[in-house]
Amino acid sequence: MSISRRKFLGWIGAAGASATLAKPARAAGGKHFEGYPDTDGVLFDVVKCIGCRRCEAGCNKVNDLPEPEVPFDDLTVLEEKRRTHADTYTIVNKYEAARQKSPLYRKVQCNHCLEPACASACFVRAFTKTETGAVIYDASVCVGCRYCMIACPFEIPTYEYDKAFTPRIMKCTMCYPRIKEGLLPGCVEACPTEALTFGKRKDLVKLARERIYRHPERYEDHIYGENEMGGTNWLYLSPVPFSEIGMREDLGTTSAPELTAGALGAVPMVVGLWPVLLTGIYAMNKRKEKIARQEREAAVASAVSETEANARENLDKALEKAETDKEKAVETAVKKALEDAAKEAEKKESEEDS
Amino acid sequence: MSHDAAHIKPVMSPMTVIAGIILIVGLFVTALRFTAGLGATTNLSDYTPWGLWIGFDLLVGVALAAGGFVTSAAVYIFGMKRFHSAVRPAILTGFLGYALVVFALHYDVGRPWRLPYPFLVQSGTTSILFEVGACVALYLTVLFIEFTPAPLEWLGFKKARSIVVKLTLALTILGVILSTLHQSSLGALFLIAPSKLHPLWYSSYIPIYFFVSAIIAGLSMVIFEGTLTHKHFADKMDEAHLKEKEDVVLGFGKAASFVLAGYFVIKVIGIAVDNEWGYLATGYGAWYLVELLGFIALPCFLYAVGVREKNLNLIQWTSGIAVLGIAINRLNISLIAFNYHLPAADRYFPHWMEFAISIFIVTIGVLVFRFVVTRMPVLYEHPDYEAH
Repeated sequence: MSISRRKFLGWIGAAGASATLAKPARAAGGKHFEGYPDTDGVLFDVVKCIGCRRCEAGCNKVNDLPEPEVPFDDLTVLEEKRRTHADTYTIVNKYEAARQKSPLYRKVQCNHCLEPACASACFVRAFTKTETGAVIYDASVCVGCRYCMIACPFEIPTYEYDKAFTPRIMKCTMCYPRIKEGLLPGCVEACPTEALTFGKRKDLVKLARERIYRHPERYEDHIYGENEMGGTNWLYLSPVPFSEIGMREDLGTTSAPELTAGALGAVPMVVGLWPVLLTGIYAMNKRKEKIARQEREAAVASAVSETEANARENLDKALEKAETDKEKAVETAVKKALEDAAKEAEKKESEEDS
Repeated sequence: MSHDAAHIKPVMSPMTVIAGIILIVGLFVTALRFTAGLGATTNLSDYTPWGLWIGFDLLVGVALAAGGFVTSAAVYIFGMKRFHSAVRPAILTGFLGYALVVFALHYDVGRPWRLPYPFLVQSGTTSILFEVGACVALYLTVLFIEFTPAPLEWLGFKKARSIVVKLTLALTILGVILSTLHQSSLGALFLIAPSKLHPLWYSSYIPIYFFVSAIIAGLSMVIFEGTLTHKHFADKMDEAHLKEKEDVVLGFGKAASFVLAGYFVIKVIGIAVDNEWGYLATGYGAWYLVELLGFIALPCFLYAVGVREKNLNLIQWTSGIAVLGIAINRLNISLIAFNYHLPAADRYFPHWMEFAISIFIVTIGVLVFRFVVTRMPVLYEHPDYEAH
């Protein structure tokens, strides 16, 4: 082989190292990430929402999104279930829940996960979980693979499918630029009923608990977003189980990065052990072949020598036989000659006698 | 003379006409895709960001291109030299398969000119997709180098060829490592979405399922494709290739039967571990059983019967079932059982232009394959060179 073993292992090592070193190794153990301290969040209280769509209008204005087809004061759009799109970061849906006299409204926007699935899934790190808790997106590196949309359990990121050259992922930013300036997010500022409360997440959790404690008849004993998918900066209170207002309660509390950590952790192990296993198998096969060849050669050699020995023996026997045959022939010839001579002499004698 | 007449082919055979139409439609859709965007050519939505171009072109494409690493590992690492004639066609198919996967990705991603960004501009190493991208890019390079002896022999570059041939073992090992990683991580892509993929298909074992089923796909594709090339390019094959064909079909059929048996067992274990027996009684459960019994258990059994009775015909038909089964599995995970929770109105069905591009890309693959095997020493050994 023209490539040295050291060189080869060096390459493999480099591949393994780049897979592991990019992220500092975290010691295994009981460490549990609960999000950055003092991040901001919003508490949405379904009980207080009247479905006026002013949050939608506020969001549209501060984010410079395109003018909607149906104006924001037209409430007939609530009759249909809607979702976020590339031109709408937030929408409100209406639900007729059992045991409720009037319909309930639920606002949809990015929940700003403590450990965002989109950020974990992005292979160019286009998403950032900022110090404020807002999850923001950088279009300047985005390749447009849309894996973030697959990954998001809340189905929030949307895509500009109609743009051929500069399509972007579009989603709520919690109005990160406004928060940095000390302003409220557009939707919170526009809300006329205090259904939306902006504040530190840890304070919002306390506030939500207090509301449940004070009005157990009014609220479900569940703060949605406290633990869902590892927790989110956006929190929800509802008078009915969240599944009745279109929110999934089967998401579990495992954060998205944890779901893929095991598979990613296996990579360096494969890189480290496969060459050992494979070269081992190769070497065993080579050795097996070599032994088989040696055995074959030995068998041939012994067969040859045996044949040779046999042949020599046969030859010797044949020679011996030939020798004795010859002696016998000579003997008989001599005997015959003597007999003949004796007969001749006898004959002569009898002739002389007569 | 009648002998000469038989060699004059009609100017346009029906296949040529069909291929021509596919290419023209493909070029038209290509132009539309790159001028008007994904919205104009696909039915993708904010609920379904990955459609046929990922489900078929990427997931099915990569699985079916696994023949390259499976065959080269069998011959060069496991020492099964009697399958040697199968290596070059398998490497060629693998290389073309991966090249077309990368080509197809240019259609699907929003800004294809940024595809090198994860490696050159900013790396998101926490993403399974980063691993997939890195391994596919590296493996495509490995397959390219592994295939170069054929064009180098064709061109008569003896020195360059002898260098590449010396790298065979290292390249084979690297190929197996990279294939293990990206075949499994294509499945691992879906680990992040337990709420969207139907519980029968979602499993923490999904990376292992993808890797094991890729081996099945690779083995079956070698048999399946061998059947087709044997039918159409028998005149290009040398004696060794024709003689070893039966060995290859029997050997690979036997291996595929074994791996399918193991795959069946781990699939059932997956259902048991997550206690998902109850779902089997639902509509999705029925479809799952079709996949499990009709496309895993059945080909496993038929391969075994075919090998036992030395029935090459049965093994070849079975390879078709097995290949179809792996394709169905990939489509189930990416499209059919994905977003199972959504109402029918929000579900995805591909636009005709999405089908047009997928067919266009497969056609390009077949045409390039034909171009190569009719010119380069793929189905025969070049008389001037020794086998490696």
